[in-house]
Amino acid sequence: MKKAELMDYDKALELFEPVLGFEVHVELNTKTKMFCGCANEFGQGANTNTCPTCLGLPGGLPQVNAKAIESSIRLGLALGCEIAEYSRFARKNYFYPDTAKNFQTSQYDEPIAFNGQLTIELESGRQVTIDIERAHMEDDAGKLTHVGGATGRIQGADYSLVDYNRGGVPLVEIVTQMIEGGEADSPEIGRTYVAAIREIVKALGVSNARMEEGNVRCDANVSLRPRGSGKLGTRTETKNVNSLRSVERAVRYEIQRQAALLAAGGTITQETRHWHEDTGITSAGRPKSDADDYRYFPEPDLVPVAPSRAWVEELRATLPEPPAARRKRLQADWGFANLEFQDVVNSDLLDAVEATVAAGASAQSARKWWTGEVARLANVAGVSADSLVEPMQLAALIELVTAGTLTDRLARQVLEGVIAGEGTPLEVVEIRGLAVVSDDGPLIEAIDLALASQPDVLAKIRDGKVQAAGAVIGAVMKAMRGQADAARVRELVLERAGTAE
Amino acid sequence: MTDLTRLSAADLSILLTSGAVSSVEATQAHLDHIAAVDTDVHAFLHVAGASALAAAAAVDAQRAAGAVLGPLAGVPIAIKDVLATRDMPSTAGSKILEGWIPPYDATVVRLVREAGLIPLGKTNMDEFAMGSSTEFSAYGPTHNPWDLDRIPGGSGGGSAAAVSAFEAPLALGSDTGGSIRQPAAVTGSVGVKPTYGGVSRYGAIALASSLDQVGPVSRTVYDAALLHDVLSGHDPLDSTSLTDRWPSMAAAAIAGRVDGALTGVRIGVVKELSGPGFQPGVLQRFNETLAMLVAAGAEIEEVSAPSFEYAVAAYYLILPAEASSNLARFDSVRFGIRVDPEEGPLTSERVMAATRDAGFGPEVKRRIILGTYALSAGYYDAYYGSAQKVRTLIQRDFDAAFEKVDVLLSPSAPTTAFKFGEKMDDPMAMYLNDVTTIPANLAGIPGMSLPMGLAPEDGLPVGLQVMAPAKQDARLYTFGAAVEQLLEAHWGHTLLSLAPKLAPTEMFASEGGAV
Repeated sequence: MKKAELMDYDKALELFEPVLGFEVHVELNTKTKMFCGCANEFGQGANTNTCPTCLGLPGGLPQVNAKAIESSIRLGLALGCEIAEYSRFARKNYFYPDTAKNFQTSQYDEPIAFNGQLTIELESGRQVTIDIERAHMEDDAGKLTHVGGATGRIQGADYSLVDYNRGGVPLVEIVTQMIEGGEADSPEIGRTYVAAIREIVKALGVSNARMEEGNVRCDANVSLRPRGSGKLGTRTETKNVNSLRSVERAVRYEIQRQAALLAAGGTITQETRHWHEDTGITSAGRPKSDADDYRYFPEPDLVPVAPSRAWVEELRATLPEPPAARRKRLQADWGFANLEFQDVVNSDLLDAVEATVAAGASAQSARKWWTGEVARLANVAGVSADSLVEPMQLAALIELVTAGTLTDRLARQVLEGVIAGEGTPLEVVEIRGLAVVSDDGPLIEAIDLALASQPDVLAKIRDGKVQAAGAVIGAVMKAMRGQADAARVRELVLERAGTAE
Repeated sequence: MTDLTRLSAADLSILLTSGAVSSVEATQAHLDHIAAVDTDVHAFLHVAGASALAAAAAVDAQRAAGAVLGPLAGVPIAIKDVLATRDMPSTAGSKILEGWIPPYDATVVRLVREAGLIPLGKTNMDEFAMGSSTEFSAYGPTHNPWDLDRIPGGSGGGSAAAVSAFEAPLALGSDTGGSIRQPAAVTGSVGVKPTYGGVSRYGAIALASSLDQVGPVSRTVYDAALLHDVLSGHDPLDSTSLTDRWPSMAAAAIAGRVDGALTGVRIGVVKELSGPGFQPGVLQRFNETLAMLVAAGAEIEEVSAPSFEYAVAAYYLILPAEASSNLARFDSVRFGIRVDPEEGPLTSERVMAATRDAGFGPEVKRRIILGTYALSAGYYDAYYGSAQKVRTLIQRDFDAAFEKVDVLLSPSAPTTAFKFGEKMDDPMAMYLNDVTTIPANLAGIPGMSLPMGLAPEDGLPVGLQVMAPAKQDARLYTFGAAVEQLLEAHWGHTLLSLAPKLAPTEMFASEGGAV
């Protein structure tokens, strides 16, 4: 549907109540795959991290990755879920070339974690509690590349290539219950919920949590219920929405699209939809009926997973502080205004600032440096800010500024040196000779010289026209190549001018 | 000179250990015999002459260098084609895998090689182990060495025929519902299905994951025990593999040969596994054997296993359900043959369909359809779910029986070897041939078949099935060795010594000798 044909958002909400549901797939960062010993990493050549099991060769058999179970349980606990005493894998049977066995090893009626809750906070301060139906384990499919054709999609392609390196990578799929009452906040709820999941898996350390690399993928279910009707509308499932902003946009788009269709007397087809990042629209995928028959049955090649209660409690004790609570605590500790704090959170620099503060820097200066100069350099280099410099180093740099050894301008040069690998801030100061000249001797020498060469200025100063000192200060700073504290220079200029005779 | 092919593995081992015979000589003798008789028998789908002789030479060299080798080092073995072998095609008797050489060895194949056994080649089987006669092999049936017009049993007819035709002293089999034991019965050889989880399934091309078990095929109980000791043990690559430490089966078999080994043994005869539908000669030999056991001091008690009545029905729901999913991977994308549709676009779905249509035989298709249906939404509870309940009931029947007796006995199969074509048009008749062996698979318990004579009406071998509680495989060997000794003392010879001598076929020697 063209954007012009969409219903106005406010109008859509007047007529309909949005009902949401999300399925978030989290790729675990275990060393090996879910059911075999192959490395869980990419960047190697296609199909290099494969074996008889993850290639689905005849005779291959699965073995459960214990670390993946542990990560799944921790994630389940962090989502407030109950952990099943007895949980089984099941085969989800369907034919597709990216699924080597032509069944996905997943969980069906006996998931590892179920009945959870997650409370998120919207920008308005509104709190929304999302009920988690289940979090279950499964293996990822391989990656298909469609060659030929204009769009890179299967339609129009000449042939397709399959890379099974991703096949068998452990996933946890987190399924919400139906989310009602989101109203106008629905798109933001989507974005905030996925952001919260991402934050949790990152804090747990169970996933690399990079959405742009598909570590966290969201399927967004949207349906509309006409106001006053008790009957749920037909839903669509927009697949693989891979950025937080896109989740928000996709939900909003579907609300407007479905509203326009329904208002015009049309019906919604129950189907999957593709999200188009570039145009900001969704397009029809495949029809999806509730009667899709995957012929689930318990995986006979695996024994049930029965985590002992003692182990579950042990794992519960390893849970980090919930991200939302941590944010509240840190903002209070640091005394940041909402906007300042949001800036840090949105730049994904909470950990970096916290570590820098822990290394001795003041919270404000840590924030200022990370979201300012470091972020700017990172942006230029096209990398994330926290990959550019260690918090310890930045804290050391800030300390040099606080002590007056460096001016902000000098410190920026030192930072560049640190990033260039020239050493610690102190080492860079020494190598580059960048310290502020705090010894008055060389300054006085330079001031006397400047005053002597500008007798008219000297006269003005003596006449009480203090602002005339600027010219001398500028000359001195220039002579010192900036390595002087301008305030001190000013003091000395006035002093020397008064005693020059 | 001794005909090396007529020796048991244990006797050959003595000659090899003493240096009287080299493994190369023993291997060559078997390759020569295969070349002579296998055109008629067709036990082998692939004979690996050169690599067998190379492996034999390597064992001889190790022995010459004074290495301490296992008891079966240098002994030739035939490998059922269901097992992945990195140097031989592994087709599971199916067209869809024609020529496929896996990049890896099944765990049991690795163990066999590490023990110094010499793989001679791959043996014929019903396609994907679906069948009781090898008539469903895509590469033509194997012939029973006792009567070449008759079936050698199945699915492992190739392995059973190979040992009973003296083409190999040992073979590997797999047993999902009787595929080791029924062929052993109809060829006069010995076959053992171990406790489920006792032997690794990694690299065994799966038929029904919860039923499949790899096991030994041989001519004597002791030989089977020696091979069982090589195969058993935990394999981290098979999640259903048991972590138990297993006692020596060879020692258990030796214990069975001691005088009085049968005294006081409590034997249960399963009422439901004999009677109507069983060939009179089979029942006659079974009853004679029971009488001899009583005479030897054993106590016999009839036990009832009422749920066995439903075993075949439950089996033919569970097996096709699991098989339909296990066989989904045969899609032309990563391995095996690829067949393009004759017309229309080449989508992956259509190529998969065309490949599976051309690559699978009729019995495989029948079972995939059955299994797909049984797992379908709305039918799952009625079919697969009910079948699993029957399975639990059968386990309870066995538990109750084993509270009263040490071993359970029945004929291994209701009939002797039938003629080719006799049951091809009647799947139910074919399926019912496994009525005796299926319960052990459903319950996961170990079972053995050993020869107990020839049926008077047709002069063909009859097998005795021995079943023991789960993990009590050693009991099978002690009891089996005792019965074998009792019967052979009575006959004055082994049963297989009565098998007709197969006429050598000149033609094959130049073709398939592969020497």
